[in-house]
Amino acid sequence: MEFFFNLVPLIPLIPLLAFAAIVLFTHRNNRLSSNIAIGGIALSTLVSWGVVLATILAGEHVQVEGWELPIPWLPTGTTVFNTGFAVDGFTAAMLFMVPFVCTMIFIYSQGYMNLGQPNQDPRYARFFAYISLFAAGMLGLVVADNLLLLFISWEVMGLCSYLLIGFWSFRDRDNEQHIDEAQVKRARAAALKAFITTRVGDVLLFSGLALLFSYTGTLTFREIFRPDMLEHLGSISLLGMPAVTVIALLAFGGAVGKSAQFPLHVWLPDAMEGPTPVSALIHAATMVAAGVYLVARMLPLFVAGFETANAPALQWVAVIGAITAFFGATIGLAQDDIKRVLAYSTISQLGYMMMGLGLGSLVAGIFHLLTHAFFKALLFLGSGSVIHGMEHGHHAAGAHGQTSQHDDGFSANDMKTMGGLRHKMPRTFWPYMAGTLALVGIVPFAGFWSKDEILAEAFQRWQESGALGLPFWVWLAGTLGALITALYMGRQIALVFWGEPRHEAATHAHESPNSMTGPLMVLAVFALIGGLANAPFLGSPLHHFMGGVHEASEVVHSATVSFNFAVAGLSTVVALLGLLGGWAIYRNYRAGEVEPFQRWLGPIFTLLRNKYYVDELYQLVIIRPVVWLADQVFNFDNRWVVDPLVNLVGAVGRAAADISLLFDKVAVDSGLVEGTAKAFNAFGGWLRQTQTGRVQNYLLVVAVTVLMLLGLYLYL
Amino acid sequence: MIPLYWWLVVAAALFCIGLYGVLSRKNAIGVLMGIELMLNAVNVNLVAFWRYVTPQTLTGQVFAIFVITVAAAEAAVGLAIIIAAYRRRDTVIVDELDIMRW
Amino acid sequence: MPTNVVQIVVFAILTLMTLGGGLGVVSSRNLFHGALFLVLSFAGVVGYYVLLDAGFLAAVQLLIYIGAIAILILFAIMLSRGLMSQRQSQRNEQWWIALLVVVLTFVVLAVVLWQVDWPVASDQALASPSVAISQLGQELLGPYVIPFEVASVLLLVALVGAVILARETET
Repeated sequence: MEFFFNLVPLIPLIPLLAFAAIVLFTHRNNRLSSNIAIGGIALSTLVSWGVVLATILAGEHVQVEGWELPIPWLPTGTTVFNTGFAVDGFTAAMLFMVPFVCTMIFIYSQGYMNLGQPNQDPRYARFFAYISLFAAGMLGLVVADNLLLLFISWEVMGLCSYLLIGFWSFRDRDNEQHIDEAQVKRARAAALKAFITTRVGDVLLFSGLALLFSYTGTLTFREIFRPDMLEHLGSISLLGMPAVTVIALLAFGGAVGKSAQFPLHVWLPDAMEGPTPVSALIHAATMVAAGVYLVARMLPLFVAGFETANAPALQWVAVIGAITAFFGATIGLAQDDIKRVLAYSTISQLGYMMMGLGLGSLVAGIFHLLTHAFFKALLFLGSGSVIHGMEHGHHAAGAHGQTSQHDDGFSANDMKTMGGLRHKMPRTFWPYMAGTLALVGIVPFAGFWSKDEILAEAFQRWQESGALGLPFWVWLAGTLGALITALYMGRQIALVFWGEPRHEAATHAHESPNSMTGPLMVLAVFALIGGLANAPFLGSPLHHFMGGVHEASEVVHSATVSFNFAVAGLSTVVALLGLLGGWAIYRNYRAGEVEPFQRWLGPIFTLLRNKYYVDELYQLVIIRPVVWLADQVFNFDNRWVVDPLVNLVGAVGRAAADISLLFDKVAVDSGLVEGTAKAFNAFGGWLRQTQTGRVQNYLLVVAVTVLMLLGLYLYL
Repeated sequence: MIPLYWWLVVAAALFCIGLYGVLSRKNAIGVLMGIELMLNAVNVNLVAFWRYVTPQTLTGQVFAIFVITVAAAEAAVGLAIIIAAYRRRDTVIVDELDIMRW
Repeated sequence: MPTNVVQIVVFAILTLMTLGGGLGVVSSRNLFHGALFLVLSFAGVVGYYVLLDAGFLAAVQLLIYIGAIAILILFAIMLSRGLMSQRQSQRNEQWWIALLVVVLTFVVLAVVLWQVDWPVASDQALASPSVAISQLGQELLGPYVIPFEVASVLLLVALVGAVILARETET
């Protein structure tokens, strides 16, 4: 079985080749293109699972120490920069989940993008090329043995997220009849927002990597995590902290952006403008998982130099995670868009993962990442199926002529227009319920085990410290978050699947094709049994499998948390209460009514619905000043200095002309008039000189800059 | 042996001459020739450093070879662009090739 | 190591060739003469390489720079000839700023280079440089094999690109 390890480079390479093949050769043939993409990822899944199996069979020497394939990449003088691939228990766990969930999403996409239907997406082949590249990026990130390859993959994913979130902002204006301009605009804005927001984090991450490289001269995980290297990093003081902590915090900044943690979470809900499979891809298997993966992978850097319980970098992770978990969940309570509820749910669940990691428990965080990937992919794909059904229902209603308000601002995503869909779409409903129960954390669904492990970890830490310190607040935020999660999921399923249809579209909605419901059922099975991977009564297998990957660093230790009936019981009761409560409250909600939550919570509900006004805050604090500055520059040109001057000259010219008129052609001062024109011209010409369009001018500026920098060197 | 500093100064001088050509020549081919001079200066530097700093390992020479390769590719593509521009716009004067100007 | 008088004389002559050729390249009115000066400058660099014990590179310089690139430039000049009358100035209007900047750059560079304490190898190492071409080949196909392959791809791309760019467009 060891043979499989030699195939590891193929795992990211196959989807990459699929991307290249589609873009270069087959993009005209839609069916072939999507089949290549699906075939590629399926093959990649097979190889991955082979590797997983090999890792399981190989035992501890691979699971803990890892297998490596270094490739000398860039010889620079006497040193050689290595890149390469590595597999250990942690990587194998990711390799089990990522390609498989991607495969399910790919298959689903074939149905969602209406292959072979008259309303097939005009850029169908391109979509599959993008998602293949996306999968290649994530898989490359997982198997990378160094931070540079990880960062490259990370950026590939950033690019793909931009392309995919804004997928519907490019429309074929010659061939499409119905172009929703508002949607185009929203998609464009969302893509930009996602790109720019994550870029903030990426810059932090990159400066962290640069710092790390400047101190250690290497970016390979194994080298960095050697105990002497960590000690060396810990002994350097930077900004009043050990350098290792600074690096860890910068890396965490990158994870905050990518994994949509507070305060950089704003891009993720807007990312819902992309096609639903993209939402599933971004929110379940790939992009947001990358941030969590990064933190987990670099965990020794977060701990180094401190005790696990009071490492400052780790405490930051826990605090941000707890804040995100709680606030994300509360916002989810007040959203109407089916996908936005799930988006905030994702943000909140990512907060749980960060909480787990922040408590120093690698396994708790990653276990939740794995189970969450399955059930959140399931929920997103399920919501896509619902939306798909609603859209078809809307078309059908329009075709029957039963609706006069065909373009009444109907949104297929709005839960208030749905209702009673459990009879119309049973094959979507049942998997969706499985996903809901898993997310809420009901025994024995997957989410129960993983969420419980995080809470138990926090609880135990609280008991150990004995004070109302950080672990207590983390535990409290987690438990309250669980209650709210259950509430909004109860509200969601009640609004979508129970009650009466509240719109013609819901009346005419029908089940989605098999290519969409099939993956739902497969994922539902995993949502049901996925938790067994680390169930305490089975001896926590995952723990033994990947718990030891950071042992070599001698700072991160793996210790199993014993199953705590009090914690598990409390969270289950809370979850059941919330779910049933939400369901009961919203079961009989009728169109046009004021929502119960809105009635009871009043202004708080408004606050939640507007997402705590974070977007508005950013608008006020960041975007406005930038725009203001741009305006000032513009004003300098157009209003205050340049234009008034020009106007003044013009006015003088006019006055002169008036005078010359008064003199009735006796003193026609053509010199002045022409002089005015010349003044205009000269002034404009002077202003334009900076934008000559001539390369050599620009190059001269470069040369002067270099000269100045060199001169600076003289003084240093 | 000649001191290393002399080599470096000569290379710097050659580089600056090339830079002057790039900045001041009207003719695109003249600009290209300036670039070639600059690349040569870099190569003299590389080889000089090899000879004086690390005479045992051939890294400097290897890099010089890569620079020559890139220079060859650059000359071929650059001249092709000039020929194409000449055919299209009937000029090889850099200042007149300002279609990118806003 | 002691500095040999012959070496200094040779170095001076080569410097005269290289820098004089360079000045000719950037200042001659006739572009064709400029290209010939370029050949002179390249030839000076060939001499440099010989003086620096890099015989293989000297050969490569001779073949590629003088044999290929300079000739290519001469061809290009002849193909676009007649455009530039020799009476009109060959310099653009920013030449004096450029001259100023370049001279300043040179002065600053010379000072900086003088200040740095270069880690020159020991006399013993300087006396026995590795000059075997076979070793160079092994370096290229050993640790540098990936850049080597990339360079070959680059050349191929440049070849194809140049053909496509310079081809007559069929209109």
